[in-house]
Amino acid sequence: MLAPTFLVVMAFVVFPVIWNLWLSLKPVSLGDLRGTSLFEFNFSSVNFQKVFGDPDFVPVLLTTLVYTIGGSLLSIVLGLTAALLVHGEFPGRGLVRGLFISPYVAPVVAVTFTWSFILDPQLGVLNWLAVNTGLLTQPIPFLSQRWVELDIINIRVRLPLALSSVILFEGWRYFPFAFLFILARLQSIPDELYRAASVDGASPFQRFYNITLPQLATVLSTLFLFRFIWTINKFDDIFLLTRGHAGTKVMTLKVYDYAFGEFNIGAGSAVAMVLFFILLLFLLIYFRWIVRET
Amino acid sequence: MSREHLETNIIRILRVLGIIFFVVIVAFPFYWMIVSSFRSLEEILMQPANLWLDITKINFRAYDEVLFQHGFVRHISNSTYVSIITVVLSVTLATLGGYAVTRLHFRGQAFMSYSILVIYMFPAIVLVIPLYVVFSHMGLRDSIHVLILVYLAQTLPVALYMLHSYFQNLPVEIEYAGLIDGCSRLGVIWRIIIPLSAPALASVALYTFMIAWNEFLFAFMFLDTPEKFTLSRGVVQLAGSVHLSKQLVMAASVLVTVPILFLFLFFERHLVQGLTSGAMKG
Repeated sequence: MLAPTFLVVMAFVVFPVIWNLWLSLKPVSLGDLRGTSLFEFNFSSVNFQKVFGDPDFVPVLLTTLVYTIGGSLLSIVLGLTAALLVHGEFPGRGLVRGLFISPYVAPVVAVTFTWSFILDPQLGVLNWLAVNTGLLTQPIPFLSQRWVELDIINIRVRLPLALSSVILFEGWRYFPFAFLFILARLQSIPDELYRAASVDGASPFQRFYNITLPQLATVLSTLFLFRFIWTINKFDDIFLLTRGHAGTKVMTLKVYDYAFGEFNIGAGSAVAMVLFFILLLFLLIYFRWIVRET
Repeated sequence: MSREHLETNIIRILRVLGIIFFVVIVAFPFYWMIVSSFRSLEEILMQPANLWLDITKINFRAYDEVLFQHGFVRHISNSTYVSIITVVLSVTLATLGGYAVTRLHFRGQAFMSYSILVIYMFPAIVLVIPLYVVFSHMGLRDSIHVLILVYLAQTLPVALYMLHSYFQNLPVEIEYAGLIDGCSRLGVIWRIIIPLSAPALASVALYTFMIAWNEFLFAFMFLDTPEKFTLSRGVVQLAGSVHLSKQLVMAASVLVTVPILFLFLFFERHLVQGLTSGAMKG
């Protein structure tokens, strides 16, 4: 009864992972696909040499980490805020809750093209409104410019513009996930805790800090775990928004570039393996930290 | 005013502002998508900052062009076909598999339940390359049915996990009653488990449909002939070929978004329950 499921998952998930390892250890190009050299044991480390030797490697790695941590944190902060806002009774609550989940449920192609359009420097509503109302002197290419210089209290600051835009998008798209889980947890915190604190004279902010946050600790850290894993593996969003240009190239896009841009399947598989090991490293650190906390 | 009073009122104001903020940032992109799809190319180019929709100037030309000149009728039927088949197969296999994992005792049972979720740690891109290689080698790449198989592999672990959790909470006595009365295992599943699990099955069906309908990467990598494109693939193709005619891309986006949003809003309760009771696909 379990056999078909088992087979499908084995064939389409477990097997490809092993095959990926295999491919990363041999020089394979797109042209080799039809031949039989795929099955030869001509192992070499040429793919990994290429990957680590690429001057792009460290910047891409850094970009990946910034994107992953920034996107995960932002989606959780937004989700927490939204959950706190919606918690409790008020008219239209069901509707608001339903609305808030839309960014997560809608198809990725639709939301990425819509946001690209909104942020477009020539045709996008955001830039036009900002320029019309005098907020900006000229349109900002949010998704195609690498850096933006800002004057904050007379200090020149250089922000990664496209990367920030992509991180903001990530927060927008995935906050509903955090929102749902946090809201569910919030609704199971017993009221007595809050009432007891009120009686003792605690203000609303004190109640939040001393009761709500500790109760949410587990949910929040679990959310961070999952969002980290899924964000580091994300490809669709960045690919559709920027194709990886303007400083938004993360490792998953590098895999694509090698495999289908340079037709070097071996190098693509090698990057994928590096990504996987980074993830394992994170998990190791995460679980060790969790064990230490408990 | 006491500190408590002051803070409570500040919170009340912040709360209203906060909700308005979230409603605007969530709703505006969808609003813009719909409004833009009813505009003409001239309006897109000449009045990019016009926030309001002029009811008298609504035109369906974008939809007309997208559906009949860019082949989106075909894309809609492809997506529908792929999604429904994926849902039917997923629910069936996950029900059988979930039941097996829950009730039938076999060696490595615990291992299987946990390893199911480890599968989601792998980036899709890690899976794409080897699968791309294998299917190219076999000449099977440009096929909707292979795509269905790939989607099954992505949805089955979640579906299994969700149903397994739910089945665990069903009282065993009911099944024993059925077995004593002469039902086979399959009979028990059909007559007892399935009716009792209707909400969980609905959640799984909905969630699976969402994954299959929205999927982009594998559709992008595997499908070559435009007639076989799913909606996601079609939208990307369209966007790449028209650069200024944003109203067409927006119309196409509306076409791919409306069905899933509608289904979701209609079954909101079930989906939320499904997502929070153990959904694992990010």
